[in-house]
Amino acid sequence: MKTIKVGMADLNVIKDSGILTTLGLGSCVGIALYDSRNKVAGLAHLMLPSSKEIRNNANKAKFVDTGIELLIERMVQEGALRGNLIAKVVGGAQMFTFNKDNNILKIGERNVLATKKKLNELDIRIVSEDTGGNYGRTIELDATDGSLSIRTIGHGIKVI
Amino acid sequence: MDVQNLNSMMIDILGEIGNIGSGNAATALASMLSKRIDMNLPIVKILQFKDVAGMLGGEEQLVVGIYLDLNGDITGNIMFILDLESAVNLSNMLLNRVHNNSQLDDMAVSALSEVGNILASSYANSLSSLTGLTISISIPSIAIDMAGAILSVPAIQFGYISDRILLIETTFEEGNNSVKGNLFLIPDMASFEKILSSLGVV
Repeated sequence: MKTIKVGMADLNVIKDSGILTTLGLGSCVGIALYDSRNKVAGLAHLMLPSSKEIRNNANKAKFVDTGIELLIERMVQEGALRGNLIAKVVGGAQMFTFNKDNNILKIGERNVLATKKKLNELDIRIVSEDTGGNYGRTIELDATDGSLSIRTIGHGIKVI
Repeated sequence: MDVQNLNSMMIDILGEIGNIGSGNAATALASMLSKRIDMNLPIVKILQFKDVAGMLGGEEQLVVGIYLDLNGDITGNIMFILDLESAVNLSNMLLNRVHNNSQLDDMAVSALSEVGNILASSYANSLSSLTGLTISISIPSIAIDMAGAILSVPAIQFGYISDRILLIETTFEEGNNSVKGNLFLIPDMASFEKILSSLGVV
């Protein structure tokens, strides 16, 4: 089966069959979108909550707001319908803890919040999520059924 | 200034700063362990984000990361990354014990944090006396997890200002090869200019 790797600040789309995977997701957020009728799956691995807070924002796949829009655009090109899309949200861990006021270290939480806000604005339902914690995750999105499997070190394996 | 605009002379200078800083850090580690520590020449790496997570033997590689924030005139962070076996061996050396467990207990985690602290302070001190800039370091924080997840933390910090990350990497090896670790100095972009101008380069 075809497997496509999605790196940090990256996204990709696959149709009918195959796997989209992202390895070692930490404070970044992984967003899986799926249109079950047309069997189009999309996965984005986004780093920062908002392109609007930042001057150097040309790379759309770096930010939650522009990344989700770009992912949907790419999925529609592959035959997905916006109205069919459902979402699964993963990641946003806090890998290191010491200074609770440090915004950079709380970035995982902010990424997840920004994701929910953006999906809500776009009227895309989040059907399941596995976010937060202090550990990394490897995820695989299966284009045949939209299932998302999550592997961790020491925190088990699950499918959402 | 962006990472892409650094010329080869500037990169050489950053490498040399890394050399002096991590040389001091290696000396500190050697005297703490009373063992020989070998160190390679630091490499200045400029990577795209998609390549960062895989650089330590794969994104899912289990590693121990000790992370410290740099504050003051220079901001950024220092990370010391070991594979699990090295981390266990190093903690056993420090605690002067024979311990066959493949996991790190609380004592080991505490000892490794202290190593991170000492490495980072000696690195930062030499950087500070070289440049005349004030640098302070945070307390260390430790994570034992996938390399990709751990490296996402400094990558995100760079993400605010650039599409690439710059790291100054030094590899340490204990004389008997039972401990191998990578020490990273990851200054943020504004700090390059300060470092380079304090040395009269720009």
